[in-house]
Amino acid sequence: MRNITIQELETIRERMAPHIRFRHEEMIGQMDENYRAHICVCGGTGCTSSGSEKLIARLEKELKANGLEDEVQIIKTGCFGLCALGPVMIVHPEGSFYSRVTEQMIPEIVKTHLVEGKPVTKYLYQETVTENGIIGYDQTNFYRKQNRVALRNCGRISPEHIDEYIGTDGYFALKKVLTEMKPEDVIQTLLDSGLRGRGGAGFPTGLKWKFARAYDNDQKYVCCNADEGDPGAFMDRSVLEGDPHAILEAMTIAGYTIGASQGYIYVRAEYPIAVQRLQIAIDQAHEYGLLGDNILGTGFKFDIGLRLGAGAFVCGEETALMTSIEGNRGEPRPRPPFPAEKGLFQKPSILNNVETYANIPQIILRGPAWFAGMGTEKSKGTKVFALGGKINNTGLVEVPMGTTLREVIEEIGGGIPNGKKFKAAQTGGPSGGCIPAQHFDVPIDYDNLIAIGSMMGSGGLIVMDEDNCMVDIAKFFLQFTVDESCGKCTPCRIGTKRLLEMLEKITQGKGTLEDLDKMEELCHYIKANALCGLGQTAPNPVLSTLHFFRDEYIAHVVDKRCPAGVCKDLLRFVVDPNKCIGCGLCMRNCPASAISRTDYVAPGHKLASVAIDADKCVKCGVCLGNCKFKAISKK
Amino acid sequence: MACKVTTVPFRGTKEQEQKLLAMIDELKDQPGALMPIMQKAQEIYGYLPIEVQTMISDRTGIPLEKIYGIATFYAQFALAPKGSYRCSVCLGTACYVKGAQAVYDKLSELLGIHEGECTADGKFSLEACRCVGACGLAPVMMINDDVYGRLTPDMLQGILDKYN
Repeated sequence: MRNITIQELETIRERMAPHIRFRHEEMIGQMDENYRAHICVCGGTGCTSSGSEKLIARLEKELKANGLEDEVQIIKTGCFGLCALGPVMIVHPEGSFYSRVTEQMIPEIVKTHLVEGKPVTKYLYQETVTENGIIGYDQTNFYRKQNRVALRNCGRISPEHIDEYIGTDGYFALKKVLTEMKPEDVIQTLLDSGLRGRGGAGFPTGLKWKFARAYDNDQKYVCCNADEGDPGAFMDRSVLEGDPHAILEAMTIAGYTIGASQGYIYVRAEYPIAVQRLQIAIDQAHEYGLLGDNILGTGFKFDIGLRLGAGAFVCGEETALMTSIEGNRGEPRPRPPFPAEKGLFQKPSILNNVETYANIPQIILRGPAWFAGMGTEKSKGTKVFALGGKINNTGLVEVPMGTTLREVIEEIGGGIPNGKKFKAAQTGGPSGGCIPAQHFDVPIDYDNLIAIGSMMGSGGLIVMDEDNCMVDIAKFFLQFTVDESCGKCTPCRIGTKRLLEMLEKITQGKGTLEDLDKMEELCHYIKANALCGLGQTAPNPVLSTLHFFRDEYIAHVVDKRCPAGVCKDLLRFVVDPNKCIGCGLCMRNCPASAISRTDYVAPGHKLASVAIDADKCVKCGVCLGNCKFKAISKK
Repeated sequence: MACKVTTVPFRGTKEQEQKLLAMIDELKDQPGALMPIMQKAQEIYGYLPIEVQTMISDRTGIPLEKIYGIATFYAQFALAPKGSYRCSVCLGTACYVKGAQAVYDKLSELLGIHEGECTADGKFSLEACRCVGACGLAPVMMINDDVYGRLTPDMLQGILDKYN
């Protein structure tokens, strides 16, 4: 084990950079000295789940069979973003984007594309196949409006090889900071860039570092929040899986800036691939002396340890996370004192989120003006969103701040499947709110989202259509917060439980109009009095749905009806006596014996129709599925 | 965070105990060691019954009530043994809006068990989890390390049959 010098770092970059550039769209036609083609296969969780490991094994076998193993390189990369079409692979230099690849397609792709040089059009992402030939995937709707900063290396490099990262100027921001900048310069650069925390609240990162630097102490800590607990958000995971060295580099820069020698990454144990790649990255950084003593020969010392989160949402809150790293129940502490003064092990500490860190090396290298040139007045740079729910292109997108919801959902996301109507977009997870169609053209940034009753959160963006009941969604999030409340403070522990009970009452058709007012009052009480961010934001899903979708609540309370047909207790199954031919299939299959024959025979029919006894009906829906004459409907 | 005390008798072996004690000795001096110790202990035994918690307490000198407090706080720690096939249905938001609840309910009905329980033959256990990060495949469930995506309730019996 030996520390590499700055000179050696530069040599590695010179050797690797052409190799990596080969995988850029604009480099089409350039040659790589070692391989004539690169196949980038997505090794993120989404594509791994749909079988990308098997594809790599099959590719290796087929390349060997065709004698191409020395000409074509296979790279297992991080996430390309378009998870809906996984597993995904891209063949360079053409940049051919193959989607939903199966093992059976591999022999043909190897033979036709790699041996004969003709991309297999039928297996390509269909949007790249146009009348005028095959277009680059960066020209498609999904990628065209994106600007990948935090995700720049995801899908481009192998996260398990430090040399590839160095080939993309990796660790050169650290070099610049250690050799050319004073800690104050780093802080000023971050302040000038306008970078705000990507974990939720949007606190200016430069300010956070400045506070922590100001406290004198022999020991300080740099922490990274990779405990992405927000259900439906997976941007941090993708960065960790696709570009782990960027996080290590940024944390080392943070260590230099605030005067810390130890860092901790608190990562979800449920992310096995991310944990494994982080460990590999840490080991490699040690090997090169980019972590440890005397980094790059500058005398600076910094190390990073991994801590696995054990599945508690509240540990996303900064003081709770630190309490958890200390080996306790992850309960938040009252602030002040803020972590900048007394954080981990009672020492001055900073905590930033993965995506925030991922931006920092770029800001150092390209300058604050470049970063501040993107985004809106108060929210600079880009934001990664995890698009999910009722949308065609589920996946990960990175757009400049200020992009509208319409652009994200309709253009990049490709709209709602099955011709359904958009109802709401949920941002900010259990702390956020639902945004209705009327705010489709609001530019997304921290302040605008708060103004319309939601929040940025970590960047989950779940799309809902007309089949989703907004009362049910509010109930879903409250169930989540009730489960995840740590129980330390009363407003959260008891308040959220009471809120959930009222929502349950409403979805069961037992609610009153008075309950709606009571709920609203309780929401404001919890917001004002809960100890930490989890409790203070827990009522947001209720408040925002009450505000924008009050008519749905009223339908549940007054008409005892669920307009979306989701709340089981409010559903009624009814038989249209004129369509029913009286075959009796539903009667025989009803598990509750709730269907009986009437004495009404519809004109033209021979048998009497049936009817459903609403009191006996358990709303299982078996009759609806069985009726071949569409005589039964759900109301 | 309901606590379910298991009725299954503890069947730890001598080898497991040696492994546990060696691991504790290796980790116990680093700051905040308790959580990593408990995570590794769960890897060794598959769950954290009171017997294992007591051994950790005896070796580290950390009070048992603190260990129990942590074991019941975090969702990752199991106080009851899990089945040979752990079924976990994702009830994250992206899966939920695409009908994960119906998948979960059907699976619970097919297995005849509820959240956190194990079938009588010790074969299957059922849990709901929050987002495995495969939102593109929603709704998703995992059986041990196998991921099943784009699920509908009527696919479940066929999937379970593979494990029978």
